[in-house]
Amino acid sequence: MAPAITLAAEAPTLSAANTGFMLICSALVMLMTPGLAFFYGGMVRVKSTLNMLMMSFISLGIVTILWVLYGFSLAFGTDSGSLIGWNSDWVGLSNIGLTELWDGYTIPIFVFMVFQLMFAIITPALISGALADRVKFTAWALFIALWATVVYFPVAHWVWGAGGWAFELGVIDFAGGTAVHINAGAAALGVILVIGKRVGFKKDPMRPHSLPLVMLGAGLLWFGWFGFNAGSWLGNDDGVGALMFVNTQIATAAAMLAWLIYEKIRHGAFTTLGAASGAVSGLVAITPSGGAVSPLGAIAVGAIAGLLCAMAVGLKYKFGYDDSLDVVGVHLVGGVVGSLLVGLFASGKGQSTVEGLFYGGGMTQFWKQCAGVFAVLAYSLIVSAILAFVIDKTMGMRVTEDDEIAGIDQAEHAETAYDFSGAGGGAARTAVPAAAGTESKKVDA
Amino acid sequence: MKLITAVVKPHRLDEIKEALQAFGVQGLTVTEASGYGRQRGHTEVYRGAEYTVDLVPKIRIEVLVEDEDAEQLIDVVVKAARTGKIGDGKVWSIPVETAVRVRTGERGPDAL
Repeated sequence: MAPAITLAAEAPTLSAANTGFMLICSALVMLMTPGLAFFYGGMVRVKSTLNMLMMSFISLGIVTILWVLYGFSLAFGTDSGSLIGWNSDWVGLSNIGLTELWDGYTIPIFVFMVFQLMFAIITPALISGALADRVKFTAWALFIALWATVVYFPVAHWVWGAGGWAFELGVIDFAGGTAVHINAGAAALGVILVIGKRVGFKKDPMRPHSLPLVMLGAGLLWFGWFGFNAGSWLGNDDGVGALMFVNTQIATAAAMLAWLIYEKIRHGAFTTLGAASGAVSGLVAITPSGGAVSPLGAIAVGAIAGLLCAMAVGLKYKFGYDDSLDVVGVHLVGGVVGSLLVGLFASGKGQSTVEGLFYGGGMTQFWKQCAGVFAVLAYSLIVSAILAFVIDKTMGMRVTEDDEIAGIDQAEHAETAYDFSGAGGGAARTAVPAAAGTESKKVDA
Repeated sequence: MKLITAVVKPHRLDEIKEALQAFGVQGLTVTEASGYGRQRGHTEVYRGAEYTVDLVPKIRIEVLVEDEDAEQLIDVVVKAARTGKIGDGKVWSIPVETAVRVRTGERGPDAL
């Protein structure tokens, strides 16, 4: 979040317009998590659809509670050593007045808190795409809780919290290129290096089971991203939020086209998955940069991100790590591209007067961006790998090979996504409702 | 009696059904099938990963006919199924020892 613009010494007062706008933006960002669930859910095989949806959904549960208990305080409380925050009044949201304003802005603390909560929810959910088909649900739930606590909350403080080192250094991350996308992408890489590949990786066909679901998810993400980005200015008073909204649309369009053109040349077809992926790569890249670049700059950011991400998704086959749904290829690469391009394309006419290389500002901002990008990348990669290692050594991170082959949905959730009624029109399955007042039988995994 | 089996492109089903009805065939069985012939399948691309899909969707049509109608019926099916492009399928016939209509117990040609 950028520093507040203070006109004269007048204390800000609660703005009903900005408050309403931010509540709507918060709801839009919330919608991104179910959108992500569908985006990922369509890309996996039929037998692990529900698990993929649940890995995103559970974040809505776990992170919300942690955020209320201590997350908001750690991320945005009073700075300590530029690394973490704390404010005991915010623990359990216990001492926040309804009309108490967020530091220097015209919206209540509650509104800022809930807007930021939605970011905290979607970031761990993003990681799940790399772990498709093979992680125990309990292990994943524990991972989310630990990761949010030791990675997301501190990194959010570094980047957006007053006193956080990246914030103080002047790293520009409008809406989460480092804190959200690089953070999640690097975490995904860290975890998959520990847990290994899916059974049958590079041998069995693992094509998406429902591209319409992927498109539905990508559409919801695109829609919700307007809240994610335009809301990150925390108000509507000076047009920067609107620039962000406009740039979000432009970069996404450019990235989708760039991905599709690359694909047509390289593989001979404009694919649906390419359109959806290209759009997401543009959204990721414009997230950190959208407040700093001009609309033409947004075309460049989107096109470069779309092209590089399309090229990057093939790396997993080259290097042999199984990033199932390309979280590294899309979120890490897209986040790095968008964050670094701020140093080249910042026009000085958006959220700040900082100018990038192409606008006469030299390389200063570029190096600052590099510091933010690589610090978050390294911290998240290493700590996430350690968390995955510890969980793997204690409770086990992966389901058994048999369960993975038979389908994680049945093994972990006692459900299957679709009813492909076989012989007898489904009569082969006998329904035995649990008798009233008795415990239902444990499902055979 | 003969059993005529045709494994053909799914979108030719309506034409074949109409041709068989015009020929006077009373009943048939249709199953979804998949397979490939000499042309093999096709290639699909997902984020640059290419998948060769060997088994392509087909339908299998089965008709029981009397011996003297078999050759003519094969011609009818072939004509209706043909598009002239690769993957049009195959039609064959095999001898059938007996057939029984379940409802009445009639046997042989009476059961057709």
